[in-house]
Amino acid sequence: MAESARLDLTEDELERYTEQLKVILDAFKDLDKVDTENVKPSFHPVETKNKLRDDKAEDWTWNPLGNTVHREGKSFRGPKIT
Amino acid sequence: MNVIKRTQKLNEKYRFLNKLADTEAYGTGKLGGYAVSVKDCICTKDMESKAGSKILEGYNPPFDATVVERTRAEGAFILGKTTQDEFGFGTFNVNTSYNIPLNPYDPDRTCGGSSGGAACITAVADFPHIALAESTGGSISCPASFCGVVGITPTYGRVSRWGLIDYANSLDKIGVMAKTVDEAALLLEVISGSDRYDSTALDEPVGIYSGLESSVEGVRIGIPSEYYAEGVNEDVKNAVWRALKRFEDMGATLQEVNLPHTDVSLSAYYIIAMAEASTNLAKLSGLRYGLHLPLEGNFDQYFSRVRAEGFGDEVKRRIILGTYTRMAGYRDAYYLKALKVRTRVIEDFKKAYQNVDVLIAPTMPVTAPRFDEISEMEPIQHYMMDILTVAPNLAGVPMVSVPCGKVDGLPVGLHIMSDHLEESKAIQVAKAWEASN
Repeated sequence: MAESARLDLTEDELERYTEQLKVILDAFKDLDKVDTENVKPSFHPVETKNKLRDDKAEDWTWNPLGNTVHREGKSFRGPKIT
Repeated sequence: MNVIKRTQKLNEKYRFLNKLADTEAYGTGKLGGYAVSVKDCICTKDMESKAGSKILEGYNPPFDATVVERTRAEGAFILGKTTQDEFGFGTFNVNTSYNIPLNPYDPDRTCGGSSGGAACITAVADFPHIALAESTGGSISCPASFCGVVGITPTYGRVSRWGLIDYANSLDKIGVMAKTVDEAALLLEVISGSDRYDSTALDEPVGIYSGLESSVEGVRIGIPSEYYAEGVNEDVKNAVWRALKRFEDMGATLQEVNLPHTDVSLSAYYIIAMAEASTNLAKLSGLRYGLHLPLEGNFDQYFSRVRAEGFGDEVKRRIILGTYTRMAGYRDAYYLKALKVRTRVIEDFKKAYQNVDVLIAPTMPVTAPRFDEISEMEPIQHYMMDILTVAPNLAGVPMVSVPCGKVDGLPVGLHIMSDHLEESKAIQVAKAWEASN
């Protein structure tokens, strides 16, 4: 799970979280007592609508590279893919 | 008074700040003369905004969040960034690598979380001040209750989230805190309304929130019996009952109502919040902003190393849990199930509001705990503290916490909850309570 979440965990963290997560997941089972047959899921608490704007380019006033040290020219510099 | 110097002095004692402005400058408008503090997770132009997390250390947003922009436009001076639990993950503002604020009533106790810094400065500021805060599952109401200030959490979508370093998209709400109901309402009025940058910001017109009359004549108050159950401190309950009695004397009617899915709302809330958080936090990878490490190893190795170093304990726990509940094979049993239970929770509230105008309950089941008590708690016990605030947050209804007396010298919060977009009703009841004191 930690691998999938991109987290390097120590042995101590792995052991501690495993114990704590068991307790928490066990507590989450109380949802089983709710009858949700034919109930729709609420992805938001209120109804939301898509809002679309015209597909026109607008001026970009920020410098997207202003907060990184990993840059080269006008590009971000990232780690190797493999 | 030099507000910056005064804040610096107060901060030495109470530790509510992550960043302080360099120069004091006010404009003109509805908020002229007010210093407004901003919770660390709300982007503020050229002022470090790190949501209480080491992984965003050094991040200076090149833009203002919509709420900050609107606040500045009405003449307020942006005073600084207030401390919080990392990304809002906490009830006591102890899950942070930075300042843990100290309760103004007892420095051995928590201010509550996650907007602990916002509540703390609101309580101690002796100059005109209002706070911008944020709630996902109770992060405005809880600290407002523990610090004895007013906290307003609006309807989900009433206030734009553009520029908020998000925790859980379907739950996050930017709100306000102040010493008085009217001051909090004034800032809420300024920041509310639709926004082209946030498609979930509602288009409905903004109501009048400030300057409402202080009356509860004819107001129908619902008392949700589940919120007065075992586990809620008896003295806290008594303080709230005294307030209810006074409302009745002032012309309101009281009736018991039921919110039958209250007990399961805690699990539904945590599953949804953690699932959304785990996807939101995927973008934090030490590449574009915040914590950077030397680019060693491949993509996965680099990101995993940065995230392990930059995230605190509670964040890692929630990311793993959130990742788990979204995984193929578990998604239906946890995430989807929780979303369906949320529908039931919303139905509970809607049904209650057919017969009453507002619901009133204690904000928190206890007064502010001591730090040594908090350190003894297991994660699940931390989560259980949110039992009274998660259901209204899951349902996205507006709520106001107002101070309602003290128990052993510590403030108690009175929670007033109204239906979607009916902020004015809850605010008016809060104002009537304030005026009666």
